[in-house]
Amino acid sequence: MLEIKNLHKSYPIGKDSLHVLKGIDLSVQAGELVAIMGSSGSGKSTLLNIIGMLDEADEGEYFLDDVPIKNLNEKKAAQYRNKFLGFIFQSFNLIAYKNAVENVSLPLYYQGIGRKERQEKAMFHLGKVGLTDWAKHLPNELSGGQKQRVAIARALAANPKLLLADEPTGALDTTTSCEIMEFIQQLNDEGKTILIVTHEEDIANMCKRIIRLKDGVIMEDSFVTQVRASQYV
Amino acid sequence: MFDLDLWREIFQSISKNKLRSLLSGFTVSFAILLFTLLFGIANGLENTFNSFFKDDAQNSIFIRPGKTTKPYKGFKAGRDIQFKNEDYDYLKEHFGDKVQYITSRVYKNLSASYKNEKSSYTIRAVHPDHQYLEKTLVYEGRYISVKDLQENSKVIVIGRLVEEDLFTKTIALGKYLNLGGIQYKVVGVYRDDGGDNEERMIYMPITTAQKIYGNNDYVDQINLTYNPEMDFDQALSFSNLLTKKLKERFNVSPKDQRAVRVRNMAEASKGINQMTTVLGILVLVIGMGTLIAGIVGIANIMIFVVKERTKELGIRKALGATPKSIVTMIMLESVIVTALAGYLGLLMGMGILELIGDGLKEYFITNPSVDTGLIIGATIALIIAGAIAGYVPAKRAASIKPIVALRDE
Repeated sequence: MLEIKNLHKSYPIGKDSLHVLKGIDLSVQAGELVAIMGSSGSGKSTLLNIIGMLDEADEGEYFLDDVPIKNLNEKKAAQYRNKFLGFIFQSFNLIAYKNAVENVSLPLYYQGIGRKERQEKAMFHLGKVGLTDWAKHLPNELSGGQKQRVAIARALAANPKLLLADEPTGALDTTTSCEIMEFIQQLNDEGKTILIVTHEEDIANMCKRIIRLKDGVIMEDSFVTQVRASQYV
Repeated sequence: MFDLDLWREIFQSISKNKLRSLLSGFTVSFAILLFTLLFGIANGLENTFNSFFKDDAQNSIFIRPGKTTKPYKGFKAGRDIQFKNEDYDYLKEHFGDKVQYITSRVYKNLSASYKNEKSSYTIRAVHPDHQYLEKTLVYEGRYISVKDLQENSKVIVIGRLVEEDLFTKTIALGKYLNLGGIQYKVVGVYRDDGGDNEERMIYMPITTAQKIYGNNDYVDQINLTYNPEMDFDQALSFSNLLTKKLKERFNVSPKDQRAVRVRNMAEASKGINQMTTVLGILVLVIGMGTLIAGIVGIANIMIFVVKERTKELGIRKALGATPKSIVTMIMLESVIVTALAGYLGLLMGMGILELIGDGLKEYFITNPSVDTGLIIGATIALIIAGAIAGYVPAKRAASIKPIVALRDE
């Protein structure tokens, strides 16, 4: 599903450069639920951005579903992102002037799907996150948990191969976090491959595999017994 | 290629961000409003100047006799100069190659009556060429003809307003009008752009007037147009030559300014033409300045808009928007806002000109308006400006990396 070999990335800081990722090797199979952990500066967000094609590696190989991700121009990257990836952000990143269903249908718009079909699909995914009744509401009329659920519905809308979540519960309280995690676990149960960047142990323990990063290298990569979020709700 | 979804996206973005759209639109509206007003008023000024000369041919020369003011060759000062038919013949004979049209004029004031309607009018007894000199537009019947002159016919051509005044219930053409006790047949009705006074005149053959009123060959004024191929300097030297020859002919001192008066329209119209040209250039410069200020304004706002939308654009890119789709969206939005706002400004400007236009006559502004060509030109300029103003920021927006945009909290 996901193959990363000897990945390097550094950022220029003045005349020097900061070596953020120092040779990452990672392989993720379909259906996994992986937590990427690490303190700030460990390179976990950079890794996620590279996996998300929002950033490009300096060195190394990256295959997504056996497609080499390399030297992408902007257009190609946009198309791949649209086709392969769904994003869930800490700050939700919903478009403020679009209502819930319009936000969800946006990736479908960029896939060139017709309006009617878009509407139907978006409503279906909103239904899956339990927000059918909130379809016409603007993001600022929704609670944090609802916003994140809209964002998840949006990430799912394009039926991506891989879901990338960057601190999905970072802006939420414990109860809501557990709700969201429960939902993510359900998605995983249905077979979705999901990568979560987090610094919370609780959240990481709800995944099936934990990768710990430190100073740009993988310190630990272990499969864990998943803690079901439902028991906290 | 009409992409309904794209337009929906754009209109949603415009209508859901009213303040932003309004701000960017306002600059453009205001610039175009000023531009329209400026051009309208300049056009109005030009109209006023042109109307001074409209009713006469631009290459006219008017020759009027007066009183001598200086003694010369044994004649006393204060002598009346009287033109006669022979003077008309003299001019026609000696300057025929330089003269395009020539006519004599005899003025009379007579009361005219038809049935119960009665009024007093100025009569101009003229040669047929007068029609071209005065730009008389005969729309019913005909003008005075050479045959009328030879036969001393009692025929008249009346102005539109004469017909309106006297022939209230019937059309004038073919009827007989009583002028100072004599019946004249109306053979033509005319219009004239020179205003109401010019349309309250009655023309008759000069020979008829000379025969009936005084039985002499006196002429009050001679008007001519010079060959239009002459340039300004040639025209001026021609009228100077005319003055000199006529002064010799009537034994008038060359320094006497009042005995024979020759007025060349070229002199007057040249001054006006120069003035309107300078005015036009001035208006163009100021107008373009205003327009450019408007364009810079919208470019500024577009940069701000793109900055404000950085996050939104980042989200769109993360969700799979290609750079091209971002550029298209921003540019079209800019074009639409510019075009709509510009059009609004244009309509407002035209409305204001329409409303206050008539009230400006006393400030020498007649019928201030902008013509269709200018409107189309300004609209096209606006759309292009909107595209340019949108393109640079859009290009920049498209090149923003999504992570940078998303980090922007």
